[in-house]
Amino acid sequence: MKQLHELTIAEVHEGYRKGDFTCVDLVRHFLNRIEKYNPKLNIFLALNDQALIQAVAVDREIAEKGITRDLLGIPMAIKDNFLTLGLSTTASSNILKGYLPQYESTTTRRLLEAGAIFLGKTNLDSFAHGSSTETSDFGPTLNPWNTKRLPGGSSGGSAAAISAQLATAALGSETAGSIRQPAAWCGVTGFKPSYGRASRYGVIAMASSTDSPGPLARTIVDTALITNVISGKDPLDATTSPKEVENYPQFLGKKDLSGVKIGLVKEYLLPTMREDVKQLILDAADRLRSLGATVTEVSLMDPKYAIGTYAVISRSEISSNLARFDGIRFGHSREAFCPESKRRILLGTYTLSAGYYDAYYKKAEAVRTKMIDQFTKIFKTYDALIGAVSPGPALPVGATKGQPMFGEMEDVLLEQSSVAGLTGASVPCGFVDDLPIGLQITCDQFQEKKALMITDCYQRNTSYNLFPDLEKTS
Amino acid sequence: MKTTPIIGLEVHVELETKSKMFCGCPANHFGKKPNTQTCPVCLGLPGALPVPNNKAIESCIKIGLALNCSVNRLSKFDRKQYFYPDLTKGYQISQYDQPFCSDGSVLLDSGKKIGIERVHLEEDTGKLQHTELNGERVTLIDFNRGGVPLVEIVSRPDMESSAEAKEYLKKIHEIIRVLGVSNADMEKGQMRLEPTINLNIGGKYTPIVEIKNINSFNYASQAIEYEIKRQVEEFEKTGVEKSTTNKTTRGYDPIKKVTFLQRAKEEAKDYRYFPEPDIPPFIIEEDLVEKLRLEIPLLPEQAIENLVSLGVEKKDAKILISNQNRVAIERLKSLADDPEVNLKKMASLIVNGKLSTTGDVKAEYLSLTKVGTTDRGELEKVIREIMASNPALVDQYRQGKVNLAGFFVGQAMKATHGSANPQTLTKLITELL
Amino acid sequence: MHKVIVTPEEVKKIAKLAHLKLQDSEVELFAGQFTETVDVINQLNEIDTSEVAATYQVTGLSNITREDIVDTTRILPQETALREVIRTHEGFFVVPRII
Repeated sequence: MKQLHELTIAEVHEGYRKGDFTCVDLVRHFLNRIEKYNPKLNIFLALNDQALIQAVAVDREIAEKGITRDLLGIPMAIKDNFLTLGLSTTASSNILKGYLPQYESTTTRRLLEAGAIFLGKTNLDSFAHGSSTETSDFGPTLNPWNTKRLPGGSSGGSAAAISAQLATAALGSETAGSIRQPAAWCGVTGFKPSYGRASRYGVIAMASSTDSPGPLARTIVDTALITNVISGKDPLDATTSPKEVENYPQFLGKKDLSGVKIGLVKEYLLPTMREDVKQLILDAADRLRSLGATVTEVSLMDPKYAIGTYAVISRSEISSNLARFDGIRFGHSREAFCPESKRRILLGTYTLSAGYYDAYYKKAEAVRTKMIDQFTKIFKTYDALIGAVSPGPALPVGATKGQPMFGEMEDVLLEQSSVAGLTGASVPCGFVDDLPIGLQITCDQFQEKKALMITDCYQRNTSYNLFPDLEKTS
Repeated sequence: MKTTPIIGLEVHVELETKSKMFCGCPANHFGKKPNTQTCPVCLGLPGALPVPNNKAIESCIKIGLALNCSVNRLSKFDRKQYFYPDLTKGYQISQYDQPFCSDGSVLLDSGKKIGIERVHLEEDTGKLQHTELNGERVTLIDFNRGGVPLVEIVSRPDMESSAEAKEYLKKIHEIIRVLGVSNADMEKGQMRLEPTINLNIGGKYTPIVEIKNINSFNYASQAIEYEIKRQVEEFEKTGVEKSTTNKTTRGYDPIKKVTFLQRAKEEAKDYRYFPEPDIPPFIIEEDLVEKLRLEIPLLPEQAIENLVSLGVEKKDAKILISNQNRVAIERLKSLADDPEVNLKKMASLIVNGKLSTTGDVKAEYLSLTKVGTTDRGELEKVIREIMASNPALVDQYRQGKVNLAGFFVGQAMKATHGSANPQTLTKLITELL
Repeated sequence: MHKVIVTPEEVKKIAKLAHLKLQDSEVELFAGQFTETVDVINQLNEIDTSEVAATYQVTGLSNITREDIVDTTRILPQETALREVIRTHEGFFVVPRII
């Protein structure tokens, strides 16, 4: 008999329908768990003190109308860079300590309209600058699999919330790796929609040209449901796509992958990568083959160039996006920026400054074109590309010290797909040192249905979807 | 030594759209309580995103077309980055290397063409008010104006005198008003002027000076004149020539009638322009340009030329256009081919207030002008001709049908193209018959 | 390819542009770290981009605008606009005198 915190979205809804438990039961259950485990894991920065009241209303709605909204009564953890009315939003930075937003982000509004209940806001790297959650001004989040390890980032809090089973589903955002990498380090399923698929209105901007809101959850099926809810053109975000949202859940449940062509990226099997991690990826390739897909080796641009390209583009845009934090209309003065944020702002100011613009920003954007072109070519033949999400398993707390490019280094296998605006999933594919390893399944822009379909088939036919026993690992 | 001023003008026009440039807040901010017309976008709150106002873009293109610019097929917005309390985002969304319009011109009355470098679109900043609060010197900020659409018109430094500058400004002002894209009310700050000036003294150039915060044509003219004198003196004293690092900003004091240094010599600003990632670029197709071109109403130059070619005197044409007397202009145009109407005279009568344009303009005109033709000799000739062609009617009249006189009057009027005086005619006819 | 060194002087200049106050120790630290970062970035010069144009937007979209209408739903009431800072006065935001 599954416990309440072990249920997927569909299982929660079934429980509501059958009357096995109420929304109040579920929310209370999570709040109790949060009270017990959050002090150590430091996942939630703020809790929604209206959650139980909102659960009461959900139960009433279910009694009167049944479950007519896609996420009705689903308790969610929201990354603290989404502006939420009534809930403090800090981007894990002292600059926004105590900031109560004056408006709701489109993405969270869509979740609320679908009936979700927010349990609270989760920890991230300060202003999403990082791949560890260690740069948070409010302390790092710890990895539920091993509390001496980091959960990855920047959506580390949201990934850990799923791994520690403190919410049914979570919302994160990815600039280059920030959904997929923490999902991998925490052994949960993360999905990054294409750039422009979900609205950025109300997401504290990091790199305007790559930021993509997306879900983390127990299964790819759940992420498909959430992606459905948050996707679609937003008149308040000029970069959202008018492309139709294709009701993603309908593409899941495929028996096998016959006819699917998958490319295993040669360069992503880094020379510095551990053999046991490489093996897990090769095993995954075999598994996909056994499901009927053809998996052949493909070549992409050397990942080292992705680091430089992404670093320039993101830091340049960051330096500009953080200029509005001057303490005049909200927040505190610029002195409150943490060192990592200062570093990125400075580098970004430098790369855009007179005399350097052409050599750095313009150059990086030209390399970006080459990356996009290579994907366009590859996806003419292949349906998806696979590789490891991260060079290795979760790193220890403190690993970011003295590493000025830690974030970009850890996301080396994800940056190319991010700067090109592609979509993809991170799904658990094994363990090394009792730590989870994630497989990336990456598809072309606006091919969410392919990425979800392939990942779902793989996930249903493997058993790496595991969750730590917090009593043992905490 | 020959001294030639080199004067350029930057004009900012506040567009009269309903909403702001990148959000749906009302654009009309005059007289509103502070910070009552802001939203997450124009207040620069975290996470807010800009979406451009369609009408503002069309207005900008219309201004460019009216100034004989080419409309660039590819255009985009860029971020111009600098810190100032009236700039909520720490950058202004403006246009850098791909403005909507470029390479235009304005024709002065002398026939000299003043080049227009570019016409682009950007957003306005908030309003600052300097004051004291509890003994502390502070600045108060109101963001109601922040985000209002601004069109920036940058001229080439082709003007050589304050008179040319003033004429250029007046023409720009008129065009803006005729287009209906802005009231361009100088007192409300809806049109702001920034002269840039330096001198060519015997082949050497003085440092460039930008004069900010001028809100009247007269002040602009005065400031330029003062600045010319000042630069001559300064050059005689110091001999310092212009360089890339010695451009300065000055303000104008209309009471003391002097320009004064506004900011100490500062390094060339590094605005770190880069393409605005939140707004996709623009492809302006020919059909849109044509549609907008057709929406442009009578522009002064064209319209004046138009009327002159129909026979109206230039000075009368100018007045009619300047007053935007559309009714008069339409009537004149419609009567241009009418043989009974002397257009030059009609226009003159309208301008001098002697002929109203309501009601039947032509009839009124005819009755006004008939007073002139009283030449008995001429009229007698005409009448005798008509009598000769209508002997039967003459007999009838002489036998008592006196109202036949009307027939002869009518014929005589026709023959003289309406320029005969009715009273003289009638008298003559009665005499001759 | 000679190594590009970012000097403390440059860091100070950039900090001024970015409106960031740095301690002397930070200036030294960042100068060293930037040099490291710039090294990584300069590797991009190994890629020939002479035949390609820069990509600033991956959306492929163009001509995205909104109609010129007032959106009353997003206008913030004055108190809400001013709510998140202490330094306000009779409806205005307040900063120390600039000029």
